[in-house]
Amino acid sequence: MQEIWQALVQAVNLIISLDPEVIQISLRSLYISAASILIAALFCIPIGALIHFHDFRGKRVVINVVQTFYSLPTVVVGLFVFLFISRSGPLGGFELMFTPAAIVIGQVILIMPMLTGMTIGALSGVDKAIRDTALSSGASTTQAMRAILFEARFAVVGLLILGFGRAISEVGAALMLGGNIRGYTRVLTTAISLETQRGDLVLSLALGIILIGIAMVVSVIMNILLQRY
Amino acid sequence: MKTLLVKRIRCVSIPIIITCILLATVLAGCAPAATQPAATDNTSALSTAFPITPGTPRFKIATTTSLYDTGLWNYLEPMFEKKANVKLDIVYAGTGVALEYGKRGDVDAVVVHDPEAEAKFIADGYGVNKRSFAFNHFLIAGPASDPAGVKGLSPDQAFKKIYEAGIADPTKVKFVSRGDNSGTHSKEKLIWQAAGLKYEDVQKSGPWYVEAGKGMGPCLLMASEQGAYILADISTFLAFKGKVNVVPLVDQGELFLNVYDVIEINPDKIKTAKMLPTAKAFTNWLMSDEVQDLIANYGVAEYGRSLFNPLKGGGCTEAGCPKLEDYTVPVK
Repeated sequence: MQEIWQALVQAVNLIISLDPEVIQISLRSLYISAASILIAALFCIPIGALIHFHDFRGKRVVINVVQTFYSLPTVVVGLFVFLFISRSGPLGGFELMFTPAAIVIGQVILIMPMLTGMTIGALSGVDKAIRDTALSSGASTTQAMRAILFEARFAVVGLLILGFGRAISEVGAALMLGGNIRGYTRVLTTAISLETQRGDLVLSLALGIILIGIAMVVSVIMNILLQRY
Repeated sequence: MKTLLVKRIRCVSIPIIITCILLATVLAGCAPAATQPAATDNTSALSTAFPITPGTPRFKIATTTSLYDTGLWNYLEPMFEKKANVKLDIVYAGTGVALEYGKRGDVDAVVVHDPEAEAKFIADGYGVNKRSFAFNHFLIAGPASDPAGVKGLSPDQAFKKIYEAGIADPTKVKFVSRGDNSGTHSKEKLIWQAAGLKYEDVQKSGPWYVEAGKGMGPCLLMASEQGAYILADISTFLAFKGKVNVVPLVDQGELFLNVYDVIEINPDKIKTAKMLPTAKAFTNWLMSDEVQDLIANYGVAEYGRSLFNPLKGGGCTEAGCPKLEDYTVPVK
């Protein structure tokens, strides 16, 4: 139990002293995960909207499949991507293995099902009444769709934060694809895993506290911006 | 209608704003890091994270965990980077996984400690120019009460006793195995064999035999929690001393010799291995007097003894030590 208190103290120390290595690792975590969520959102929100606004055969099945992949284990994603981007894999020529880009690819695949599925969920949440009102007040289908998308904004931002959280907190894909190379692919989670392996439990916990701190700042900023609109 | 129009404008602007925020966080990431008086290198954090411009070439190696966890690579890395003008990317993994990375061409050299697996790796054509550069020893650690009574025995006798006592009473005597195809795991199999036991039989003989599937450090912590016996390399054991409740019980025996080798990936077999000249320079550098002396003194200040013994000057005299030419003849 002593360790938890020590970890808190050390986390504060690391932040106040602006420990260059910790700052570098934290920033790397932040922008790798931000890049992942950005790329995933660019694909998933339109795909989710497309699935939601169109009726087609097997729609239910598609949604079920997407939801099944919520439980995609990070290590499996890591292994899967590894087989593709490893130099002897089909995408080996890009030499992506053990680079930050490899981590982004892993994280994008990891959060895509969740973002897609939850976009559908978010849109379903506002659907009926708004759609009817919009259409009955003379709006076109496109206008109605926009109105629905707008009404779903809180849920969409919520799921962006959730996706960011899943990306920044996962360790399996980052470790396997990035290789936890110091000064290059080391992110907070892989640093935590390494320090635990080395037996520095207090430093591990301190890094964990910093990770939570970053997640908190991101979600607060997103929510403040959201409230203005 | 007017409100709907306002809503529509907002509807468009919100995703754009969110995108901008995300972009801003990405870009903001590089600003403070760039003004920092260089953390580990002079490049900005952005170019470190996403190297778009072709800068310093990256030389990738996969190394066994014991050399990494003890901090030896952190210590040597900047020196080689400066000397060879490359970025040295070090990935750590058990010997089995490290060799797999080598076979797939994801690294340019491997640093491992499993003579049998290395011989196969080279025979299959994946590796060339094997050289040894350091050695130390394994030890058997266990609870101070030593319930199986192995203190002072030879490694194989000790294993036999742990096996018998473990089967007789698994609540008292346990053994934690790495179980991850690492060099240490291979050594463990070798000792079971020397004790006259088949590894498959040992594996299935009961709950006393715990397969952890983890690195050396976590396994030591596990053995400590369970009051179990464990085969560990001396360097990791020393690094964990004071954090674990297991003590060295058997630390003498020919079987315990642990030699660290560096092997370059063969570009004739692995077409993507383009860094052979750097790999050669790396091998020769590890064998150089300069690095051998650094290895000899590494850890002395912290642990009161060195964690790895250099091979320079023929310090390794036991049976099973590498031949003189394996650590003195530079790679050409």
